[in-house]
Amino acid sequence: MRLNLLSDLNAERSARRAAVLVTDIASGEQRLVREAEIGSDPLAQELRERLRQGKSGLVEQDGHQFFLTVQAPPVRLIVIGAVHISQALAPIAKGLDLDVTIIDPRTAFATPERFPDVPVRAEWPDIVLPQLGIDRYTAVVALTHDPKIDDPALSAALKSECFYIGALGSRKTHERRIQRLMEAGFTEADIARIHAPIGLDIGAISPAEIAVSILAEIVATLRKDRRRSA
Amino acid sequence: MQATDTDILKAAEDWRREGRGVAIATVVETWGSAPRPVGSHLVIDEDTNFLGSVSGGCVEGSVITEALDVIADGKPRMLEFGVADETAWQVGLSCGGRIRVYVERVD
Repeated sequence: MRLNLLSDLNAERSARRAAVLVTDIASGEQRLVREAEIGSDPLAQELRERLRQGKSGLVEQDGHQFFLTVQAPPVRLIVIGAVHISQALAPIAKGLDLDVTIIDPRTAFATPERFPDVPVRAEWPDIVLPQLGIDRYTAVVALTHDPKIDDPALSAALKSECFYIGALGSRKTHERRIQRLMEAGFTEADIARIHAPIGLDIGAISPAEIAVSILAEIVATLRKDRRRSA
Repeated sequence: MQATDTDILKAAEDWRREGRGVAIATVVETWGSAPRPVGSHLVIDEDTNFLGSVSGGCVEGSVITEALDVIADGKPRMLEFGVADETAWQVGLSCGGRIRVYVERVD
């Protein structure tokens, strides 16, 4: 592989753009196809399908075998609430290679001391989220328990194509949340995208256990086409 | 943390820019139960430093040896590993699967 091809591929990743590296197995010839250029590539259809699935693999065309290295952007986790659970969540999420950002307008919570290794934005979610650009490789979790902060974040998430939305709170809390979101104009189908109560049911008690249950649910959603019971 | 395959490709780029001889090994095909999915990478330098994996550790040693040849002559190679049943000494996958691994030099 030529070094410039490798750096172009890595550059697409850091810019959060999908790309596919096409390798002709017999000749070793390679080309990089960026997401925006797929339409004009001879393998356009295959590339689109592979990108949708996020799966690398072999394809054949005109007697040639090509290997497609599919590179989707890194998965991002946006956490609303610089709370105790988020402090437990951030390091575990980093261990899973999630790109974590914490958002909380309460400056007493959103401090670098409480979150040493991840970006913390002490701003309102409805200001920050549009700047971050929520894409289909993003998960959003709302953990403040405060509708003033959680609701604007959930609205932004519901209007985006993010792959996971979760909200902390009991069933009763969620019923009231559903009412507020309906009044704000969201449909039942929209609101059904929200995982609430958040996380897999593992009987979690401590902040770290709740963090594991949330992250397990995010991974389960991300990898649903690989799951035996899905 | 270098857990994702794309972080491993970033390492490959960095190593090459430092002037090291570098090869990338990629799982291109699997049959049966294989420890790492298609698209998994192992990056190797001329001093046998490596990052990532193409199996659960079963065939890495053999891939690294081949990668040194690829770094030396620049010719890509396709390697195939299966169950180590033909001879007791051959490297293989204990899980019973088969994998094909493409090894290429970073030029």
